[in-house]
Amino acid sequence: MLELIDTYWLYFLVGQYPKGPLGGLALTVALAAAGLLLALPLGLLFGLARVSPVRALRWPVTALVFVVRGTPLLMVVFWAYFFLPSLTGHKTDQFTTMLIALVVFDAAYLAEIVRAGIQSLPRGQMEASRSLGLSYLRSMRLVLLPQALRAMLPSLVNQFVSTIKETSLGYIIGLNEVAFIASQINTQVFTKPTQIYATLGLTYFLMCFGLSRLAYALERRLSRRSRPSAISEESASSSAALAPVSP
Amino acid sequence: MIQFEKVNKWFGAYHALVDIEETLPQGEVVVVCGPSGSGKSTLIRTLNRLEPIQSGRILIDGQDIHAPGRDVNQFRSHIGFVFQQFNLFPHLSALDNCTLAPQRLRGLRPAEARAQALDLLERVGLAHKAHAFPPELSGGQQQRVAIARALAMQPPLMLFDEPTSALDPEMVGEVLLVMKGLARDGMTMVVVTHEMGFAREVADRVLFMDAGRVLERAAPSEFFNHPQHPRAQQFLSDIRSPFSA
Amino acid sequence: MLDFDFAVLLSGRYHDMLVAGLRLSLQLTAVTLVLALPLGLLVALLRLSPKAPLRALGFGFVESIRNVPLLAHMLFWYFGAPELLPEALKERLYAGNIEAVSAVMALTLYSAAYMAEDIRSGIRAIPGVQMEAGRALGFGFLATMRLVILPQALRVTVPPLISQTLNLWKNTSVATVIGAAELMYQAGQVESASFRSFESFAFATSAYLGVSLLITALAALYQRRFPVKTL
Repeated sequence: MLELIDTYWLYFLVGQYPKGPLGGLALTVALAAAGLLLALPLGLLFGLARVSPVRALRWPVTALVFVVRGTPLLMVVFWAYFFLPSLTGHKTDQFTTMLIALVVFDAAYLAEIVRAGIQSLPRGQMEASRSLGLSYLRSMRLVLLPQALRAMLPSLVNQFVSTIKETSLGYIIGLNEVAFIASQINTQVFTKPTQIYATLGLTYFLMCFGLSRLAYALERRLSRRSRPSAISEESASSSAALAPVSP
Repeated sequence: MIQFEKVNKWFGAYHALVDIEETLPQGEVVVVCGPSGSGKSTLIRTLNRLEPIQSGRILIDGQDIHAPGRDVNQFRSHIGFVFQQFNLFPHLSALDNCTLAPQRLRGLRPAEARAQALDLLERVGLAHKAHAFPPELSGGQQQRVAIARALAMQPPLMLFDEPTSALDPEMVGEVLLVMKGLARDGMTMVVVTHEMGFAREVADRVLFMDAGRVLERAAPSEFFNHPQHPRAQQFLSDIRSPFSA
Repeated sequence: MLDFDFAVLLSGRYHDMLVAGLRLSLQLTAVTLVLALPLGLLVALLRLSPKAPLRALGFGFVESIRNVPLLAHMLFWYFGAPELLPEALKERLYAGNIEAVSAVMALTLYSAAYMAEDIRSGIRAIPGVQMEAGRALGFGFLATMRLVILPQALRVTVPPLISQTLNLWKNTSVATVIGAAELMYQAGQVESASFRSFESFAFATSAYLGVSLLITALAALYQRRFPVKTL
């Protein structure tokens, strides 16, 4: 086991970089971060559309969110893989394909998190803001969203955990993220699949468990800060209910 | 200043406001009272268009508030509204609650807005809490900040929707005191409240509502001593002696 | 690209492949559900146990499974785990449908971890005094669970469990990575054989959406007929 780690640790962490494109664990984290960062504004827009009083905005986005959430992520990846080249005119590399699939998929889930966040605020907030004379959009921007986003923070961290796990599907289109690299190592070594895949599992575990503990701590800090006089013991699973379950 | 012309409102099939015809002059303090479900909150909420109406007209300063092309946000910025649940913005300090609208809507510079806000907080007795956040304030304090927030836009009209109903009894007085001060300074006010003491002392006129209609309108002394309408009489006797059958 | 030919899907070899894939996906879902629910219940009870080591065991199970992607689970159970088996068992496995077995292993553990959390939330939604009342009558922890708590918790738990079933249905697609011949795999096979990528993926997408719709409708129906009634 130790020689295994000794020989392959760098390959596992960064793939063939610098002699080739970035890969391994570094690629997994980079892809997840980029995916979530790009999905956030889109998810915010979708979420606002989902609560909008304008039907022409609400219905199409609701339909889109429903379709994306009813489809496996892998399906979305395949669609991107096979049809992006014809749309853009030239061959799309695996990273871009995976990134676009992740952004679209996560935006649909983020939309629901945003929607739930906004709808959890008391109605009086919008009424008070409108009564002062602020328009619907300005009320959203200055009063509702700052509160909703703060409350959504633990869910967003959980979503990041989900996104890290989702990057593993890049394996299937040959993207050299960490699961693919693990398989490459397995093909070379051949005789130690249990150790290799257990290590892969452990790596994901350490990253994701660490982040979910962060989300839990955030949630406890949040519920304590917004109710300094009351004692609130919300369970972490209440915000976990808002985050989607992904493969 | 305010005119209701044959105003009707339905919530689905429920007739919430029935043929409302009223004129409320400028500078007056009008108290609207009545049993639960009488429509008093609904009435006041139609004044700043938080509730739409299905028929009739509402005029403020002679202008139809629902005229097409009228900017509802502009309109609302000239009316102060105080809610039963205070509805302060918890992510902003008391001071920032009061500077938000003047800065964003009237273009006041931050320093000007802050000065005005501090002045108003002083007026409601909370200058020392300017940097506190709503969850750190008591109900009475929050409501006083809410009044300051509404006053920051310098409205000619202030609407109060049961401003003390959500407060513990010992905090009611501090809010009513602020409201009395406003009345003394000549503010036009429409107040929905159960606080009969306030009505007797401060109101120029009392409107009694039941089942969506205004059943009686009179000066406080007339209303409290010689109510005309049988339902008003019932209401007042229920309040005074709640334990008699 | 724009000349679609859906006729190839309506009959013949490609049609049969896709339908076989759909069938296997449904089977994987059904078998996993039957195995994962009791396991999830067990883990939920472990997490709620008054004994700390049992609680730790439950917590360890849930966290170690949920923080690893399903794909990694599949790879482990297909490539890694069989190596640990005694020769005879390994032979039998390879002779049979090892892809499906590995897929079910991975899916069962993965789904059970999430279901355990939903069941636990459902149980926690029942006021603690119910457990006290049961214990006060003389029932033990498990008996109180069975007779008092779980019957009440069921109503609250069913909607999130249906939601997990939806996730499970979508997760069966990941089995393609270990070569299980479910719907996603078959769609890929049809695509490489016929180059009709749009038609085969459209079929697969519709199938996934269709079953998703059915499951969501089931959830809505359940919530309409059995609304949550709390004291």
